[in-house]
Amino acid sequence: MSTPLLEVKDLEVAFRTQTGLVQAVRGVSFSLERGSSLAIVGESGSGKSTTAHAIINLLPGTGFISGGQILLDGQDLTKANEHEMESIRGRKIGFVPQDPMSNLNPVWSIGFQVEEAIRANGIASGRKAVKKRAIEVLKEAGLHDADRRLKQFPHQFSGGMRQRVLIGMGLAANPQLLIADEPTSALDVTVQRVILDHLESLTRELGTTLLFITHDLGLAAERAEQLLVMYKGQVVEAGPSVEILQNPQHPYTQRLVAAAPSLASRRIQASGSLAAAETAMAADAATAAGDTIDLIATAEHRAEVLEAAAAQPPAIVVENLTKVYKIRGAGEFTAVDDVSFQIAKGTTTALVGESGSGKSTVAKMLLKLEDATSGKIVVGGNDLATVSSKEMFALRGRMQPVFQDPYGSLNPLRNIGNTISEPLSTHKVGTKASRRERVFELLDQVSLPRTLVSRYPNELSGGQRQRIAIARALALKPEIVILDEAVSALDVLVQAQILRLLADLQAELNLTYLFITHDLAVVRVIADNVCVMQRGRVVEAATTDEVFDNPKEQYTRDLLAAIPGANIPLGA
Amino acid sequence: MLWYTGKRLLQVIPVLLGATFLIYFMVFAMPGDPIAALYGDRPPAPGVIDQIREQYHLNDPFIVQYFYYLIGIFQGDFGVTYSGQSVNDVLARTFPVTIRLALLAVFIEMVFGIFVGLISGLRKGGIFDATGLGVSLVLISLPIFVVGFVAQYFLAIQLGWFSPTVGAGAPLEDLILPAIVLASISFAQIVRLTRSSVIETAGLDFVRTAYSKGLTRRRIVPVHILRNSLIPVVTYLGTDFGTLLVGATVTEGIFNVPGVGRTLFQAILRGEGPTIVSFVTVMVLLYLVVNLLVDLLYAVLDPRIRYA
Repeated sequence: MSTPLLEVKDLEVAFRTQTGLVQAVRGVSFSLERGSSLAIVGESGSGKSTTAHAIINLLPGTGFISGGQILLDGQDLTKANEHEMESIRGRKIGFVPQDPMSNLNPVWSIGFQVEEAIRANGIASGRKAVKKRAIEVLKEAGLHDADRRLKQFPHQFSGGMRQRVLIGMGLAANPQLLIADEPTSALDVTVQRVILDHLESLTRELGTTLLFITHDLGLAAERAEQLLVMYKGQVVEAGPSVEILQNPQHPYTQRLVAAAPSLASRRIQASGSLAAAETAMAADAATAAGDTIDLIATAEHRAEVLEAAAAQPPAIVVENLTKVYKIRGAGEFTAVDDVSFQIAKGTTTALVGESGSGKSTVAKMLLKLEDATSGKIVVGGNDLATVSSKEMFALRGRMQPVFQDPYGSLNPLRNIGNTISEPLSTHKVGTKASRRERVFELLDQVSLPRTLVSRYPNELSGGQRQRIAIARALALKPEIVILDEAVSALDVLVQAQILRLLADLQAELNLTYLFITHDLAVVRVIADNVCVMQRGRVVEAATTDEVFDNPKEQYTRDLLAAIPGANIPLGA
Repeated sequence: MLWYTGKRLLQVIPVLLGATFLIYFMVFAMPGDPIAALYGDRPPAPGVIDQIREQYHLNDPFIVQYFYYLIGIFQGDFGVTYSGQSVNDVLARTFPVTIRLALLAVFIEMVFGIFVGLISGLRKGGIFDATGLGVSLVLISLPIFVVGFVAQYFLAIQLGWFSPTVGAGAPLEDLILPAIVLASISFAQIVRLTRSSVIETAGLDFVRTAYSKGLTRRRIVPVHILRNSLIPVVTYLGTDFGTLLVGATVTEGIFNVPGVGRTLFQAILRGEGPTIVSFVTVMVLLYLVVNLLVDLLYAVLDPRIRYA
């Protein structure tokens, strides 16, 4: 074999900040043979995306390459000037960015944006030839009615469609190397699978070398031959994917393997059907692998709790709930269609579905942020349709939400102490001193240091912020917590911590959770019951074990099959 | 789009009625007798006063006077000034001048404001940026009459680059200096708005994607950065038009421009009800039309916005 296509040697990337230089990538080396595929895995802040951006010389803000070499076909990219880089980007290295929502310019049509890429790389010239190639590129990327949709704008495309456009643009000039930076993280699992399958066959057909960046270990192992695990800017482990997954050497990789719910779900599923003794053994094994999260034991404990809960009146009853939105010029849109379920006190029910399935609309109606078109919601014995605003105010104190985006759901101008105590002062609970005491207590409960009270949200990490949001939700000692994609934005290790925290708090405070998520792997470790929603309807509702072991609906089976890495055998 | 435009045009009616009523009421409530003001020290014969009062319906109650006035407006007749001229004639004489002045000012502030803002934004923290911000801060801080007098004294009288006052017929070359003065405040705002908008846009994901496609900077700056940054600037133009009209009153006074501002100012001093109300009515109407145009332009610039 000749020289590798891409060779990265001792790459160092630093960011200039007010307090000096911050090293984001420290001595990363790897090489990529022609036609092979490599995945860089790590949590946010590990330097995986920074490495990718360094290769195409598009580091954000004050970032710069402070050392090392990047050799593409023997040419050192760290020494290339801007003009040389412009001819390398697109032509030799294609790039598929992470978020399909923000990576297309909203004011230009899809066709315009694909065509300018084709023209810039000299693939075709002349209006007709460029347009023809644009349609070709988009069709290859899986956009079948490309010729018709060329004139449409990004906002008229779904996330999956936009990602296809971005993949098409990345491959427009037939580059030798394609860098895909979390290409499907923002998409639903089933869409994710379709897109990745397509990307895989396309790159194989064209002989493109693939560099894949992801936070999802299962996905990486499924899609790439080689794995590179990064942690705090350094490579901690590298080698063939299956080998790393089955026999992780570095403690960090071991923790990743153990914590990833997409992988853990497989094990719990197995242990769930086995005898209790074996479950205990599996739990022990997991603990022995390092500082692992004991999700299995938590899940096992549920059986007793569930039995006790069934005897009491349910915390939430939803009957024939329907929500119809009127769309001007387009008639009506039924977001939630005849949905019924019950949640027993102290248990967790998960509402699962892809985006647009109506699961968040159910949550909004439960919180009475939206009014139901028809149907009945009874929370703690109160029918939401008939409660007075005063009763609703009291009820809101007993039913608290945690939302998806820990960056958006905290007011950046309020410090943590004020944020957590706000529900207390709104509901006039206690005195100033007692509220402050309660804030400390809550910080302890969510395992955050008390010194955070005077800090502001922008000084905290995503995981810490989500803990704050949970602490705020718990401030009034609610009976019901509605978690709308509460862990979706978090890294796997942080996600596992938050899930354990939620399970602990539930056991301690007898909380009732409505857990809304698109991620079936997470459902497996947190929920007692599952309602699978599709296009506004509940298509399957059963206990979590039943849904996972014996899914009745094709849609549920599709969702389960789409969990990345589910079919890779594990060694922990 | 058509439906939206129609709806917006219908909204003009209540706004216009409300505005004329308020202004008419305030002019009515102004202290002093307009007829006495008209004649100065030498009182006219009593019969003349009565005749004038009768002619202008000044003896009728307020609401009846307003009603007479409204009927006139709907017939396209804005009444007569106290000096006997038809208000329609005065409007026709002064509005073209002011509109020319305002358009020239808009042109100056857009071209220079966007240019300076773009360069400042792209070279954030550089010398150009610092200078641009400094100058715009000075311009924002100074009242427009200070800018006006300073510019008139130094640029026109001392250096002789421009004509210090505007001659008959308000030729375009005479209007350049007043237009620069009028544009100065909004220029500073547009520089700042464009600058921050460019900085924000330049950091967005799709700009990085544009680079990753292999596009050159020369293409990305106008097509992906400037184009997107213009959306808030265009929105600003709508509200800015009001500022321009207010500024025109002062600027026209300084440079002796025979436009709306100066005429309106003199009418207010004399307490000429019909003239004031007519001018302000036309101004309100203009303001509404300009804002409607801006909103429609907004939809052209940003395809995500479609008025159903």
